[in-house]
Amino acid sequence: MNAPPPAVRAQQLVKRYGRQTAVDHLDLTVQPGGCFGILGPNGAGKTTLMKMVTCVSPPTEGLLEVLGSDVRGDRRALKRRLGVVPQGETLDADLTVRENLTSFAAYHDVPRRLAGERADGLLEFAQLSDRAGARVEELSGGMKRRLLIARALVNDPQLVVLDEPTTGLDPQARQLVWERLRSLRRQGKTLLVTTHYMEEAQRLCDRLAVMHHGRVIAEGSPAELLAAHAAPRVVEIHGSELDAAAIGSVVDGLARDIEAVGDRILIYTDDGEAITGRIAAAGIPNHGVLLREGSLEDVFLRLTGHALID
Amino acid sequence: MTTWAAPRTRHVLGPWQWPDVSGRGARRMWQRNAVLFRRGWRLFVVPNFFEPVLYLLSIGLGLGLYVGEQIMGVEYVVFIAPGLAAASAMNGAAFEVTYNVYVKMQYVKLYDAVITTPLEPEDAAAGEIAWAVTRSLMYGVSFVLVMALLGYVRSPLALLAPVAVGLIGLGFAALGLVVTATIPRMELYTYFFTLFITPMFLFSGIFFPIERLPEAAQPVAWFTPLHHGVELMRALCLTGDAAAAAGHTAWLVGFCLLVYPPAINLFRRRLVV
Repeated sequence: MNAPPPAVRAQQLVKRYGRQTAVDHLDLTVQPGGCFGILGPNGAGKTTLMKMVTCVSPPTEGLLEVLGSDVRGDRRALKRRLGVVPQGETLDADLTVRENLTSFAAYHDVPRRLAGERADGLLEFAQLSDRAGARVEELSGGMKRRLLIARALVNDPQLVVLDEPTTGLDPQARQLVWERLRSLRRQGKTLLVTTHYMEEAQRLCDRLAVMHHGRVIAEGSPAELLAAHAAPRVVEIHGSELDAAAIGSVVDGLARDIEAVGDRILIYTDDGEAITGRIAAAGIPNHGVLLREGSLEDVFLRLTGHALID
Repeated sequence: MTTWAAPRTRHVLGPWQWPDVSGRGARRMWQRNAVLFRRGWRLFVVPNFFEPVLYLLSIGLGLGLYVGEQIMGVEYVVFIAPGLAAASAMNGAAFEVTYNVYVKMQYVKLYDAVITTPLEPEDAAAGEIAWAVTRSLMYGVSFVLVMALLGYVRSPLALLAPVAVGLIGLGFAALGLVVTATIPRMELYTYFFTLFITPMFLFSGIFFPIERLPEAAQPVAWFTPLHHGVELMRALCLTGDAAAAAGHTAWLVGFCLLVYPPAINLFRRRLVV
């Protein structure tokens, strides 16, 4: 028995819009099973990549296979095996909540009776059963997002692609979406999620790829990324006139790396207490010293830069 | 390192190539519209159906009183009725693929969602055209039935009127979809309707034979698709001239074959970048 093909395999993948290059010779392999996160700032090319994976935007160059099939091949057949949760709200406003599910099932050629059963099951999954007959415009943002996720599941897809599934949701609504996505993962579906929320990446994803300027610049499990690109502990020194060189000599031998960011100096280390002790002993003037755990946010900012990205 | 050539794919069909449409997908798109229509048809149908009837009453009977003499051996109201049936088919199709499709495309984002399923943009476009033809048939055929009830149908060839109405609907649905796929904003439809559809309605032979137009304008009128729709309907419902009907049918089929590929291919280009 052959091993299943990768859920996504991209080699030297390029997408250009006119002169602008959105995805730039990207290489990526997503193994089936589990949740794979694409992390990146706005404009990194995440959505463009998702559009190519879901066969709605053709690659300019390079290889892109999804579930073992070329996206340039029989798109209709490939899309039958995909579930797509787009970033924007694209529900059918003329239809009711339940009809949004049954109409999509019809587009997927799911037989009518099965479509009805699935719609009812998915309404329960999305905790929308009591809203089945409501019009889409009556739903809250969180409900709409759950309905979009339910809609992506009507064809029982092998791979579910979600583009920023919790952007714009309040914390409660976000928790509920995460909980539903984890339950999908337990059912053995492969999830491919883009996000710029570190918390989302950490809680949801088994593996992550960090995208920047249209390329993957780092890849691994959240723990691997933390170990490789940040440190277990981070000391933040706040102050207006900090001397990075002076601080550097004070903490010499204890710090893995030192970084000046705006009005802060970040010291990546294995032993935070030792560093705070030395800073206090040296009497370095500051507006506050913070000792905290290293996080994916550190990884993200170190890899993609601290500058504001629009 | 391996480099991958970029194969020219079906994603980049030129506007004149024969489009890759799945009949199954088109039917799914059609069904969505049909389901919605069944729910609210009383609301939609009434104005579209009554518009040509109002013209018939006002111009045919009202103005017809003053026209006195007969045209082509019939009363004025009988003369204009087949042309009004053609115009109602044209309007039914043109409105459906312009304002209605534009809203679904640009504001509701319906097609953005639909093309993540096995439906391709071509299938959605073909489904919308098919739906527009369906609406043409509803208005055109019911108008012919009204004509028959009023005794305005003078030839058994009128039984073929649904074919003619369908052809007119198909041509104008495809033409309207070309406009929809091309215009950057909805306000520009007024150009299509005021500079193209309305003049055709007035000057393509519904209310008077195009021979009455200034000599220079006659060929222009002859080349409009509505003129052949009008003459086809008149041949079927009034004169029973089978040869003329065949000629106008051939012209309309040619027109449909001309506008159908760019309608589908440009719609894909609009949706997929």
